[in-house]
Amino acid sequence: MTEPQVVIVGAGPAGIRAAQTLAAAGLCPTVIDEGARAGGQIYRRPPDGFIRPPGTLYGSQAGKAVALHTAFDGLVAAGRIVHLPRRSVVALADGTLHTVGESGSRRIGYDRLILATGATDRLAPLPGWQAPGVYSLGAMQIALKAQGVAMGRRIVLAGSGPLLTLLATQLLKAGAEVAAVLDTAGMRAQIAAFRDLAVRPSFALQGLAMRARLGRHYHAGVVLEGIEASDTGVTAIRWTDAGEQARRTACDAVGLGWHLKAETQLADLAGCRFAYDATWSQWLPCTDRMGRAGDGVYLAGDGLRLLGADGAEVAGRLAAAACLSDLGLPAPDTAADLKRLDRLERFARGIARAFPWPTDQVRALPDDAVLCRCEGITAGAVRETAAYGGAEANRVKSLGRAGMGRCQGRYCQLAAADLIAVTGGLAHAGEVGRLRAQAPVRPALVSALLEEE
Amino acid sequence: MSGTAFGAPPEPGGRLVRLAETGRQPVRFLLDGAERMALTGDTVLTAILTNAPALRQAEFGPEQRAGFCLMGACQDCWIWQEQGPRIRACSTPVAEGMRLLTRTRRDWP
Ligand code: FES
Repeated sequence: MTEPQVVIVGAGPAGIRAAQTLAAAGLCPTVIDEGARAGGQIYRRPPDGFIRPPGTLYGSQAGKAVALHTAFDGLVAAGRIVHLPRRSVVALADGTLHTVGESGSRRIGYDRLILATGATDRLAPLPGWQAPGVYSLGAMQIALKAQGVAMGRRIVLAGSGPLLTLLATQLLKAGAEVAAVLDTAGMRAQIAAFRDLAVRPSFALQGLAMRARLGRHYHAGVVLEGIEASDTGVTAIRWTDAGEQARRTACDAVGLGWHLKAETQLADLAGCRFAYDATWSQWLPCTDRMGRAGDGVYLAGDGLRLLGADGAEVAGRLAAAACLSDLGLPAPDTAADLKRLDRLERFARGIARAFPWPTDQVRALPDDAVLCRCEGITAGAVRETAAYGGAEANRVKSLGRAGMGRCQGRYCQLAAADLIAVTGGLAHAGEVGRLRAQAPVRPALVSALLEEE
Repeated sequence: MSGTAFGAPPEPGGRLVRLAETGRQPVRFLLDGAERMALTGDTVLTAILTNAPALRQAEFGPEQRAGFCLMGACQDCWIWQEQGPRIRACSTPVAEGMRLLTRTRRDWP
């Protein structure tokens, strides 16, 4: 019998641990990743020639980052895994991945597929967010880590979630000017979630310590009103503080983000089932605890459940173990990891409740605010389309183009669902239906796809 | 933080501020025909935005665009070169002699 071909998509913490687990069982998996070097977003490595040590790049998580990088590089060097870096999977059908990279396009077949595609920032629109100088929080962190740059001279960070305060701390430490950190989560939600957060006391305390260190920069319970811009970009952000005072902070860059949104396009194309998760306020794929989605497909990491980097490592090992036992091969014992997973999930759900999706902000969007940054579709247009076309996400997409732009709805889908729900008199965004993914999930030159051997 | 030609403060028209890693080898490229400097290991996005406030004109609105996600997910950062294919600025490394455009190529309708 020839060795089963297992392909892993994504070389972040989940993909790396999955690859390592399969290699330890004697398989030689292929790992496809968009990055030049393995690590994923959170443990992303700068290009060659950069000199800051891991302690500067990853702070208290440096040990974990180095362990993952070393494990992966060692397996590649030993020929025990095949690494295809700088390559995107753009489509998937019948056991074949269609991939595009610098050296052209290539089809890659698989017997088993582990999707460890991670997450992107979860974005809520704000009037003026199409201006140059508005970035996702994740973008600002990548810029700092992988390029050593700040995205502006005077930066405001706004939104909610662990990355908001972490990034503020990192930027200040690196010497950037951070004018304000605006958290749309109120102190009350943060305190209410503390019981769940206390299952990981060191993380919970680190978060509190970070807020304390930000001092007068940090404002909880704000309402974001809009971003002002000139021809060359952002000039200020308007907001209302917890005491209902109208405020305006001058700045030339704004980082926005409300925690994470699972990157699920490939899982969708692979035929996974989805369910709306009210805690994370988004559609997530359905699997068993190990990450089995059925049909030889396994999911792991933030693309399945938003547990963060530690949870991704655990989920990567579990998915690989499930894959091995389904192949009839000896698999490592998973009891301890399953326990860890429960604890990490409890913590992660606490985080999601402490730093919720800003439903009120989205529902209050003025009609002329741009909802879709790709094609400039306004909140008013989405409301109108939903009113005459019906309160269903895919109908609003095909009639009004919201979700059809080049980001494929990654950054407008959740806000659009909120607006559609209100227009249709539905209780919540989960009732408007899920936007179906469409290949190619990354723009690919048609010529590249035609060239495929 | 060093005060080299490429360290903070940024170029007058630039958006990005270099905070670290400023000792890398310089790279020359052309931006809309004018010679500009970047550093080896910069992405095209970093190279342009340390010299200019934006990458391109939006197709569906009056504003300019300067990228958004930096992780290949939003597709906001595709730009033109004088020759050859369009490139995604946040995930393409800058190379010596690149001829980059912040506007649409003239031979393009
Ligand atoms: S900035 Fe989003 S794809 Fe380049």
